Amino acid sequence: MTRPTLAVWKFSSCDGCQLSLLDCEDELLAIAEGLRIAYFPEATSGAVEGPYDVSLVEGSVTTPHDLERIQEVRAQSGLLVTIGACATAGGIQALRNFADVREWIPLVYAAPDFISTLETSTPIADHVQVDLELRGCPISKAQLVETVSALLNARKPRLPSTSVCMECKARGTPCVMVANGTPCLGPVTQAGCGAICPAYARGCYGCFGPMESPNITALARQWQELGAGDDVMLRALRTFNANAPAFREASYEHE
Amino acid sequence: MSETREIRTDYLARVEGEGAMLVRVRDGELEEVQFKIFEPPRFFEALLRGRQFTEAPDITARICGICPIAYMASSAAAMEQVCGVELTPQLQALRRLIYCGEWIESHVLHVAMLHAPDFLGYDGAIELARDRRDLVEIALRLKKLGNELMRVIGGREVHPVNFRVGGFYRAPTVAELRALVPELEWARDAGRELVRWTAGFDFPDYERDYAFVSLRHPGEYPIERGRIVSSTGLDISVDEYEEHFTESHVERSNALHSSLAGVGAYLVGPLARYALNYEELSDAAKQAAEEAGLGSVVRNPFRSIVVRAVETVYAADEALRIIAAYERPDEPYVECDPRAGSGHGCTEAPRGICWHRYRIDDEGTILDAKIVPPTSQNQKTIEEDLVGVVGGSLDLPDNELAHRCEQTIRNYDPCISCATHFLRFEVERL
Repeated sequence: MTRPTLAVWKFSSCDGCQLSLLDCEDELLAIAEGLRIAYFPEATSGAVEGPYDVSLVEGSVTTPHDLERIQEVRAQSGLLVTIGACATAGGIQALRNFADVREWIPLVYAAPDFISTLETSTPIADHVQVDLELRGCPISKAQLVETVSALLNARKPRLPSTSVCMECKARGTPCVMVANGTPCLGPVTQAGCGAICPAYARGCYGCFGPMESPNITALARQWQELGAGDDVMLRALRTFNANAPAFREASYEHE
Repeated sequence: MSETREIRTDYLARVEGEGAMLVRVRDGELEEVQFKIFEPPRFFEALLRGRQFTEAPDITARICGICPIAYMASSAAAMEQVCGVELTPQLQALRRLIYCGEWIESHVLHVAMLHAPDFLGYDGAIELARDRRDLVEIALRLKKLGNELMRVIGGREVHPVNFRVGGFYRAPTVAELRALVPELEWARDAGRELVRWTAGFDFPDYERDYAFVSLRHPGEYPIERGRIVSSTGLDISVDEYEEHFTESHVERSNALHSSLAGVGAYLVGPLARYALNYEELSDAAKQAAEEAGLGSVVRNPFRSIVVRAVETVYAADEALRIIAAYERPDEPYVECDPRAGSGHGCTEAPRGICWHRYRIDDEGTILDAKIVPPTSQNQKTIEEDLVGVVGGSLDLPDNELAHRCEQTIRNYDPCISCATHFLRFEVERL
């Protein structure tokens, strides 16, 4: 049996999500035996021509060249999996989408080299069909290993769609909002990180993006009672997943 | 008839980010060398404006997934300076400890997985593992330990959550850190193995008299604090950086070339730290360096791989020292009240000094930010190395020459994602 081929692509990003693959120290060599790493320039200079059975795509679309390249990646890929907040929501660099364009244009276009920079940072799914997305800034290693293993066994990966609150309960972490009065985005943020922040005595900052149907209005009222006003909520929503629709729309309420 | 030979690598492999290289030879003479950075800019300095000063560590961490602690530590140090706050010795030690984790993780990633394959003729570590699984497994275990140190203190390896202006959200318990001791003791020995292994590589015969620049702090090898010193006699506080270093834009690159006044190109990173602070290395690290025949200054950039391995031994040793002395602080952070002003922070990222400056107002809103990462500081030196290396290797066939050039660039462990966000400097060029 021939091993399925894997390609790893980079768009605008910090490289942290693809690094997560190399950070699977215990599983990496087994993964490399289960599938053929055919294109992964950050890790190897060897490259095999496409098409590829699975593509992991990191980063957001920020240049005209990216617009063409993502189409090429899609055309060469069986399954296309986006990894991380940049690829799934546009990343921190999507803050430009909210900026006053008149203020940004001279910054962006003053140097001729930068003519090729788009005014927005957008997720991969705005441009091509995406088969599966892994959230997070960065992604969770456990979710990455689960996804690779599921794909190798031709099953659907088990990925939670609940909120971070569920993971706090599972972990036995007392609620930081109730116990300490710390504003926390956990109730509206998709699970997957393992609820790390509350376990380290801070509020969730939403790096896995909005859960399905989040009630941000109710959470904002809670935050108000804790003394965290519109400005705090606005910044919280406009960070690593600022362009995720649920966070983006809710953020306008707090401008 | 003139004959032109072009050697081009359009997408450099085994570096962090997107870069390319071009070498043009006309009639047997080297005409042009370019190390080009085309990673799209992400405008961090612009998007930081208007944010709270407390957000700088989490936001700037996202400049680089390989060395987030460097950005968190430099930005936090700058903000603490604005607020007039000094960390307690315990919190300072804890910051140094998590930084040791980043050094181990980043150095081992580069030494074993990205750079060693160049010397041994493999495409990458996975290909290398087919023949030398034992070595790759040691490297993975070492790298895992570096990540473990970051995870225990910081909550996770990439973009740790437990790091704030003034210290941490939660200080680890003594037991949590002590649990790492056996693996760190193993790592100190395994690191020496890494030194021996890399010291046995075949190194191109190439040396340069670099202007080395690093931090220096009395009584310790520089990681998270110090003054900026150079092999040319510079000795300044972090605040004085802009009086001595300038950045200029080069057309082909989305990053800037840095230059030291009166000197020109300079080198930051392991070779510089080592040459300027050799005496501060621990005994185990010095012994490893001696066994490798390094001497106290290394001028062959290809041997930087050995120095990285020596620094890995040091980081494991230093982590053990910090953990042995660790007492859990009463408070995980020092309260920082904002006040209008400017602050500067500089720490030793695995690739060299990472310098930050911020201006904030009384409310703690960031008005202005400037960040100078190590790779843009090294860019000019990398190109000069390429000229030197290519000039001496023109008789090599194209594919070998291309490989030699790529190897020359990888000597610097360039982090291209980091180097690219110099929007403000682009504007200043006009």
